[in-house]
Amino acid sequence: MTGTPQGDTLPLERDFEATIGHDQRIEPRDWMPDGYRRTMVRQIAQHAHSEIIGMQPEGEWITRAPSLRRKAILLAKVQDEAGHGLYLYSAAETLGADRGELTEMLIEGRQKYSSIFNYPTLSFADVGVIGWLVDGAAICNQVPLCRSSYGPYARAMIRICKEESFHQRQGFELLLTMMRGTPAQREMVQDAVNRWWWPSLMMFGPPDDASPNTERSMAWKIKRHTNDELRQRFVDITVPQAEVLGVTLPDPDLRWNAERGHHDFGPIDWSELKRVISGDGPCNAARMARRRSAHEDGAWVREAAAAHAARKTGREVAA
Amino acid sequence: MTGSSWPLYEVFVRSKRGLNHVHVGSLHAADDETALRHARDLYTRRNEGVSIWVVRSAHITASSPQEKDPFFAPSGDKVYRHPTFYAIPDDVPHM
Ligand SMILES: [Fe+2]
Ligand SMILES: [Fe+2]
Repeated sequence: MTGTPQGDTLPLERDFEATIGHDQRIEPRDWMPDGYRRTMVRQIAQHAHSEIIGMQPEGEWITRAPSLRRKAILLAKVQDEAGHGLYLYSAAETLGADRGELTEMLIEGRQKYSSIFNYPTLSFADVGVIGWLVDGAAICNQVPLCRSSYGPYARAMIRICKEESFHQRQGFELLLTMMRGTPAQREMVQDAVNRWWWPSLMMFGPPDDASPNTERSMAWKIKRHTNDELRQRFVDITVPQAEVLGVTLPDPDLRWNAERGHHDFGPIDWSELKRVISGDGPCNAARMARRRSAHEDGAWVREAAAAHAARKTGREVAA
Repeated sequence: MTGSSWPLYEVFVRSKRGLNHVHVGSLHAADDETALRHARDLYTRRNEGVSIWVVRSAHITASSPQEKDPFFAPSGDKVYRHPTFYAIPDDVPHM
């Protein structure tokens, strides 16, 4: 599909630009520049990996959830994240990526996933804070992606966003319940907020002046807003929610700026993001090991299912 | 070795009676039957469907890459197939 020789691609490129210019979607069998395809595959794969790895921090609490109600909710939420990963792998495959290869790239560390999932979940309050802040930040990021220029990605994002709203609300409700509980429970919530606040802000990626690919992604309408715009939106949305909960966001510089019409907030420790992304976060090794063993431990199931299918087809052919 | 040795299936879901099946995405499965089960788990976790079709992606025949393709040209210049082509006085009832 990308085999058109150089020189012949100009009219195709013009068509592609025009489609994007008219705010129409690019569909799988359309011609597209190699750079667009590569960027799209990388972004979708990274996003898919994040959903899959994202099952782990919360998954650890399924057996320890304090009630059957919370266990059922958490199970459904983690199952949704698996679903999100699969919607996205499916979108990546429409660009010619091979799902097995994407999995290999993840477990060999050749493709990345969101740094946020490299932090530990130390108490059950973390489950609530992840729903509120981490899924909240993901929603801020993902709502504009529902209008992303690549059709299958945009459609996957629409499904995902519908489901994310449950994730955020169950987290907030969990925290509200704990905040109405004992002083020890309130302390657990505040402690979890203290640990997750800054990593959540880092989820939006490096600041705009250190994000070299943003401009091209915006021109291609893969991205609709810059990292800093989305981060600001998230802070503005979250501050009043924290007030309702009665927790303090751990930033002494956080205050309303009437002139800007936004909240000012303190400097982010970008060296931490760099460290965690490059593999040196608190849980990177554990997350990767877990994903690898899940893949390897499941090999016999995949083989058995394939063998069963082959035998059945053989029987049908023979009959 | 990996899931890619399972073939790719396209999934179509009828969301409720009276509506067509609509394409919702794809998945990998060892065979038709497990494809249906995977499709149920993946695409209808919230009552999104009352009926599912799965079909091997390799069995789909598609028109052609570009959507503004000469393949669709035959219908392009036949405006007389549309009711708006015909000028009828406003006072003709029920038309
Ligand atoms: Fe998700
Ligand atoms: Fe989520």
